[in-house]
Amino acid sequence: MKEAIKIFTEQFPVVFSALNIGFLQTLKLFFTTLLCAIPLGLIISFGSMSKFKPLSAFTKVIVWIIRGSPLMIQLLIVYFFPGLVLHKNIWGMGEAGRFMAATVAFTLNYACYFSEIYRGGIQSVPVGQQEAGKVLGLSGTQIFFKITLLQMIKRIVPPMSNEIITLVKDTSLARIIALQEIIWAGQAFMKGSKGISGAIWPLFFTGIYYLAFSGFLTVLFGKIEKKLDYFKN
Amino acid sequence: MALLEVKNIHKKFGKTEVLRGIDFSLEKGEVLSIIGSSGSGKTTLLRCLNFLETPETGTISVGNKVLFDGESAKKLSDDEIREKRLHFGLVFQSFNLFPQYSVLENVTLAPAVLKKDTNEEIKKNALELIERVGLSDKANNYPCELSGGQQQRVAIARALALKPDILCFDEPTSALDPELTGEVLNVIKSLKSSDSTMIVVTHEMEFAKNVSDKVIFMADGVIIEQGTSEDVFDNPKSERVKAFLSKIKK
Repeated sequence: MKEAIKIFTEQFPVVFSALNIGFLQTLKLFFTTLLCAIPLGLIISFGSMSKFKPLSAFTKVIVWIIRGSPLMIQLLIVYFFPGLVLHKNIWGMGEAGRFMAATVAFTLNYACYFSEIYRGGIQSVPVGQQEAGKVLGLSGTQIFFKITLLQMIKRIVPPMSNEIITLVKDTSLARIIALQEIIWAGQAFMKGSKGISGAIWPLFFTGIYYLAFSGFLTVLFGKIEKKLDYFKN
Repeated sequence: MALLEVKNIHKKFGKTEVLRGIDFSLEKGEVLSIIGSSGSGKTTLLRCLNFLETPETGTISVGNKVLFDGESAKKLSDDEIREKRLHFGLVFQSFNLFPQYSVLENVTLAPAVLKKDTNEEIKKNALELIERVGLSDKANNYPCELSGGQQQRVAIARALALKPDILCFDEPTSALDPELTGEVLNVIKSLKSSDSTMIVVTHEMEFAKNVSDKVIFMADGVIIEQGTSEDVFDNPKSERVKAFLSKIKK
């Protein structure tokens, strides 16, 4: 037991700093994905609600493919397929290239999930709200931004917080293309890195990072929900 | 010359013909009540006037200007429709206030977005309207904090804020209990003046009889009888109207 504690205290500083670097990459992937997927999801949801049938059918097929297949496979396809077909690496070299590819795959995947949540949110705003906007002479765009949007946001906060907390953990899938996120950083100590090898505890320890961050998000979403409590739909 | 002239309006939903040739006219400052049983097309007629539905045929003119013509309706752009619909205001049966905005913001929203005036003028005008419907002390409250009757009065102020030529009410008290009905009807009554023209679809016969200058009785998508409120209520010509009124009196 004493021996174990001694090893742990020796290893901890090295592991801690490596995991921090990995977690930074995790956060970078998380925030970049959100930043791109939140607006892209809105565009996709408008596509799937379009009255122009070919567009809505096309969008629905895309959403089906993306939601219907594992994100891990999508990551592999996005990263390797362009190279197989074009015989060149469109993502750029090294970690930056892997990050680009991972961001594209995650954004596409999450935008499709978001689009369905948005669609549900928009369609659950009573049609009378739109009609009230119309008879007041507002345009479709004005009605969406001034009337529908906030009511939709209020409705979608709970499902979105679900999805976003899932994204925190899904970032670990980027390990499959060797993105150096926190799982990758933890796993390195099993194979051997910085003088430590055969240690599995760093991998277990990564769980604390995920827990802490999703705890923070849970509190944040609770705050947002409360903030929107001043009106009833 | 009449302010509003409606000619030969036909409207179908799928195969069901809901309006089968509606003609009427209205002078400036008049109050018109449209009565009749449910499903007779009253609401659809109001929705056609407000461009929420597009009739297949017919014309709608306001002050000599043809706003709608079934012949060329398909060619109207969204911007043209928005422009035209501002001649009319509509108060809904279910109020449809914007829940995320305060009473004041509900009234100022459209004039501010459409840049009808300076912000100070819009606010001043809105506060006057809110006072007119008796809700000055509620200006900063949210719709969920108001009773149904109060919400409907806000909806009236909101519609008035755009100064429509003709204000339409679609069964404004049908979602209210009798106590609240009175306060809303009193507000509508108080709006009656030489320059406000109103069309009220209603089941409140007392109100229709006492307040309207003109009454239209509709059934199955056509106007069965129209005239002054005395004509329709006291000396109805058609059997249909007589039967309807006698049922209500019981």
